[in-house]
Amino acid sequence: MIRLVPRSTASTFWQVATPVMAVLATMIAGGVLFAIMGHDPVTAIRTIFWDPLFGPAAAYSRPQLLVKAAPLILIASGLAIGFRAGIWNIGAEGQYIIGGLTGGAVALAAYPSEGAWIFPAMVIAGAAGGWAWGMIPALLRNWFGASEILVSLMLVYVAQRVAAWMAFGPMKNPEGFGFPGSRNLQQYPAASNPELIAGTGAHWGVVAAAVAVLVTWVLVSRHIRGFHIRAAGSAPRAARFAGVNPATLVAFCLGLSGALAGMAGLFEVAGPAGQITDKLGTGYGFTAIIVAFLGRLHPVGILLAGLLLALTYIGGELAQLTMQLPAATVQVFQGMLLFFLLGFDVLTRFRIQRKGQS
Amino acid sequence: MNSTAVFRAEGIGKSYPGVRANDDVSFQVDAGQIHALLGENGAGKSTLVKMIYGLVRPDQGRMSLMGAPHQPADPRAARAAGVAMVFQHFSLFDALTVAENIALGMENPPPRRELSARITKVSHDFGLPLNPARRIVTLSAGERQRVEIIRCLLQNPRLLIMDEPTSVLTPQEAELLFATLRKLAAQGTAILYISHKLDEIRTHCDCATILRHGRVVDSCDPRAHSARELAAMMVGGEMRDIDRSGRQAGEVLLKVQDLSLPAPNAEGTALKSVSLELRAGQILGIGGVAGNGQEELLAALTGETRSASGTITLEGADLSPLPPEQRRKAGLLTAPEDRLGHAAVPDFSLTENTLLTAGARKGLVRNGLIDHRAARSFAESVIAAFDVRTPGPHVTARALSGGNLQKFVIGREVLQDPRVLVVNQPTWGVDASAAAFVRQSLLDLARQGAGVIVISQDLDELLELSDQFCALNEGRLSEPCPTEGLTLDQIGLMLGGAHGMQEAAL
Repeated sequence: MIRLVPRSTASTFWQVATPVMAVLATMIAGGVLFAIMGHDPVTAIRTIFWDPLFGPAAAYSRPQLLVKAAPLILIASGLAIGFRAGIWNIGAEGQYIIGGLTGGAVALAAYPSEGAWIFPAMVIAGAAGGWAWGMIPALLRNWFGASEILVSLMLVYVAQRVAAWMAFGPMKNPEGFGFPGSRNLQQYPAASNPELIAGTGAHWGVVAAAVAVLVTWVLVSRHIRGFHIRAAGSAPRAARFAGVNPATLVAFCLGLSGALAGMAGLFEVAGPAGQITDKLGTGYGFTAIIVAFLGRLHPVGILLAGLLLALTYIGGELAQLTMQLPAATVQVFQGMLLFFLLGFDVLTRFRIQRKGQS
Repeated sequence: MNSTAVFRAEGIGKSYPGVRANDDVSFQVDAGQIHALLGENGAGKSTLVKMIYGLVRPDQGRMSLMGAPHQPADPRAARAAGVAMVFQHFSLFDALTVAENIALGMENPPPRRELSARITKVSHDFGLPLNPARRIVTLSAGERQRVEIIRCLLQNPRLLIMDEPTSVLTPQEAELLFATLRKLAAQGTAILYISHKLDEIRTHCDCATILRHGRVVDSCDPRAHSARELAAMMVGGEMRDIDRSGRQAGEVLLKVQDLSLPAPNAEGTALKSVSLELRAGQILGIGGVAGNGQEELLAALTGETRSASGTITLEGADLSPLPPEQRRKAGLLTAPEDRLGHAAVPDFSLTENTLLTAGARKGLVRNGLIDHRAARSFAESVIAAFDVRTPGPHVTARALSGGNLQKFVIGREVLQDPRVLVVNQPTWGVDASAAAFVRQSLLDLARQGAGVIVISQDLDELLELSDQFCALNEGRLSEPCPTEGLTLDQIGLMLGGAHGMQEAAL
């Protein structure tokens, strides 16, 4: 028999070790899964985790790493702040979509004028859109006690409908021969979010993600506001005693994570995606939740986790191409990762003790 | 040994990792005896009674009940053998009635009507009026305790264990409880009684076993000793006298005028037109049974709940609209009752916990940025000045014993040099030497010219500390009167008398 004994202080060693163990366990379980499906597990794992960086086609796939990691890190940085306070924004995907729409709207409205103000205005509009979409669950929670988990999640589906409406209606490219989708912003220099250094994949979103990591790091570790956020998540009454207003905190956390998600959406629309379509949301907002937890809600952890999850995206695509693995592989992998992480997490709060009989 | 022993322990030992909780403990409780178990927090009393009640198993030694070996595998086995226990914290369902709650705790509950009749009979026989049809939520703390006691009495226990039963009672309710215990003892039940209150042990107990560091250090007839002597046996040294000297009432510091607030939730209490005045150098004691508005009053003073403007003024400045950190800046500091989770964040280190209240006054936060080094050195100075026993400021609050964390929490406020300090239950569940330390620090603070409000259920503490006494009852604060010359009986009447003294209406 084994028994779980609670630790009085959470183990620092296991806090770092559990994400690593979760990744290894995911590789093993994934390998077993591939073996059952009739693929060589070692090749499959290598294709997903190794080839994107060092394989024969790495020159193409490597820049994709930053392209995919940037929105994940940007969104997860905001989400982690709320998660630390016990405020669960599950709807970053919706805030991402709305941010892409509002930011893109600025560009489409300004078209075809050229001006240095256009791109910054788009970033601000994107952040504002995501912020506003995040404020809906915040206000509903503060006014009526509605669960921000459900409201923010359901607003994702509303946002998807809005994106479809925009792509087929008001924002449709008038010169697009009737195809759905907006003008291509990559062909509109004042509004585009290009690769800044050739061959790296780094666009303005990557810069923003790096800034977000630094700023949230300072916020969480050095700023009294971050201290209050952590206190509110750990002991809400103590936080109130210290002077935290719970309603303000809810608005701050949902607003901040919404704004960062909205910004990520805009960078995607103006950059890699290039246009507003009904497929604007690609799941970054949901994957970012895994990134936040895998990164232990810590900015540096989120940076690493974001890169890892980006790798599974690229590797999954590669495995689809070269091994004909199904497209759902990536999602299975990400799901397993979160599952194993939460499972191993027990070890940070509990010790395993062997027990004699009875 | 004599043949009337109901319970006997011989050489009981129990270790936890790093702690020897009980070591070679031997004692016996006779039939018809009220036997006190005395000791500081951490002396091993809880571990000992948990072993008797089957919650924990001893590593060594033997226990016997009525001459038969007593090795309960769980509380159910202990109950079947004739051991009953009333815990300090009640386990009752608020939404259910008295009879329903009692039925839930029974192995084979009789039909509800029969059970109600039995509850009524037992409550009459023992002088504990209780209506079986009432819902728990409508009962006072004293009445809730009666439910727990009657639940035990229905099992006809041979040994009844009571863990600090009077901490929630008014003096009148406590008297009622002791009358019941006497009757029970007269029928031959053995009673094991745990308490910190030396005076009540001296008046009511026949025998006392004193534990220190897990060992039996003495056993005596408490009636033959003074409270001082008993305290000295507990802590293993002379108790320091409390020094009340050298204080003078100065100008008015804190003024609360006509403060009314609705109840924060269904279990809370509304504050009804509370007014008080606190002068420099003065200690105002606010007594009352828990749940009569103590937490609400403290929350209104900290700023956790905001009240109408003009209701709270400090040295003439209106604090009512200000949030907690602004009030602290102005000099109004507080220490809530609940140490873990309210006064401190359990999972944060002591260093981080200084930031909860001391950020502004101690310069630990500048322009929003935390100065971790300053916070650590402030935590270290609290630890040193208040004799907090801990390996260092990096330890989490959760890892400290109740008494040590309380010293830390009080020390954190006192060392910020407040104009007014408000504390709620400053020594609740704290061992005697830590309690004496905390009380002395409050007196010293008042001597230096600060005003202090002590909200407490411990009347001895209030009498010892305060110059003025008032009572909080159902959200109303009585007129203050000088503590000098006040008797426990008068105080009991101020607190609203015993709750539910009238016969239960059936």
